[in-house]
Amino acid sequence: MFDKLLVANRGEIAVRIIRAAKELGLRTVAVYSDADRDSLAVRMADEAIRIGPPPAAKSYLNIEAIIDAARQSAAQAIHPGYGFLSENARFAEAVETAGLIFVGPRAETIRLMGDKVAARAAAIAADVPIVPGSEAGISKMDDAIAAARRIGFPVMLKASAGGGGRGIRVVHDEAAFAHQFHTAQAEAQAAFGNGALYLERFLRRARHLEVQVLGDGERVVHCFERECSLQRRRQKIWEEAPAPAIDDETRRALCDSAVRLAERSGYRGAGTLEYLYDQETGEFFFIEMNTRIQVEHPVTELVTGIDLVREMIRIAGGERLRLSQPDIRMVGAAIEVRINAEDPDRNFHPAPGRVTAVTWPGGPGVRVDSMLYPGYVVPPYYDSLLAKIIVHAETRNLALSRLRRALDELEITGIATTAALHKRLAGLDEVQAARFDTGFLEQLVNAQAQVARSA
Amino acid sequence: MMAQHEVLSPLPGIFYRRPAPEKPAYKENGDRVAEGDVVGLVEVMKQFTEIHADAGGKIVRFLVENEAPIEPGQAVLLIETA
Repeated sequence: MFDKLLVANRGEIAVRIIRAAKELGLRTVAVYSDADRDSLAVRMADEAIRIGPPPAAKSYLNIEAIIDAARQSAAQAIHPGYGFLSENARFAEAVETAGLIFVGPRAETIRLMGDKVAARAAAIAADVPIVPGSEAGISKMDDAIAAARRIGFPVMLKASAGGGGRGIRVVHDEAAFAHQFHTAQAEAQAAFGNGALYLERFLRRARHLEVQVLGDGERVVHCFERECSLQRRRQKIWEEAPAPAIDDETRRALCDSAVRLAERSGYRGAGTLEYLYDQETGEFFFIEMNTRIQVEHPVTELVTGIDLVREMIRIAGGERLRLSQPDIRMVGAAIEVRINAEDPDRNFHPAPGRVTAVTWPGGPGVRVDSMLYPGYVVPPYYDSLLAKIIVHAETRNLALSRLRRALDELEITGIATTAALHKRLAGLDEVQAARFDTGFLEQLVNAQAQVARSA
Repeated sequence: MMAQHEVLSPLPGIFYRRPAPEKPAYKENGDRVAEGDVVGLVEVMKQFTEIHADAGGKIVRFLVENEAPIEPGQAVLLIETA
């Protein structure tokens, strides 16, 4: 095992990793941009090294500066956290070329899972279901209709050359198909200079589920699933475990499929396989794998009692996986809410600035992961996550009561936050009954904005 | 005497002179601008907000480099208005 770890990240996850490293008896090195000179991670780490100016491209994404910092501090391993360089295969390679340990999977695994087409192919080979779709690049109507029949309606038409959600159309039945296909082709041609289309099953009321895995390069175990359907602009804001929508049989099939795919790639470290769950048919489909620790990992830690960050550091240090599948159990229910520096009353406008006072919730079953302290200035350069409030209780209903109580205790003054949105969500009938899908929060927020406009 | 006008950033963040890394700049030094034209972007916590010229005229020069950090109320460019 190495004895000095550099944390190549910032914010709450840098604090989380430093805590795990300290508990393992490791010395810690924080790196910081000029905007993070006064960060909690810098204060907590044994050493701190400046890596550049505020823009991430020149600091937290600067591979050379980070490896230099490791050399300078004689750290033997680098933990990338999430975001920034965490899923950058070139970075993982550069770390190893420098004779250091990358706390994460091998570069080739990152590359495989980062390539959508290759990841889909790997899923098919591991007998893991994927969203039914066509071969890329259909131009002929006959081929398109045949593909749509095979996939099943409703289908989504996407421009092969498109991206970022542009040029997507949903066709509900065969009668409307020909007209929609022609229009989508013309649009794709006009927008991207290429009229080829890709077809995919459209899931009307999908939930976003994901499975946490841990591997040591040979053996993989799962730590059950999380439900993350409450999202706005594809950003999760509320995560929980267990997923309320699935039964034990589906849970077993889902988690087993994740282990099959991760084991096939010889997965090392902590990873998450994301799925869409079709509430109408009960089917689940793999969409992608995140080859890093995730923001919402504490939910899994609370229901399983496993310290995922500690385990991934141990594995990077050369230890074998200490857990076997039958030992891993899910106890009770956990919910995490993300408190972001955004103003829900102003269309979630970013709200950087000085935090004048902070009161954290406490008491039984409440965990807070954050980098805030009174007087801290939230810089405008990075993401808006300020704190994660995570609660654990025997049942989902008790966890919801605990969450409402914790949010009542929480107080952050000086800047706008999303705390009030979570208070509202925790009291909604739909949320209490777990009756939501990936479109729910967006509809709720839009409806509220409409009411505000007409008032 | 020509009147000069400073366009200010309403927000803190990172200033960009182009809509995307591979795209040309919105405006160059010496270009003419009309009131309301987009002259740059500010990235605040991963959200992008356009900066519009609040006066028309000819751009004397940009006062902030591409991808530089800016503060709210900081002058981004200078316009000759008369």
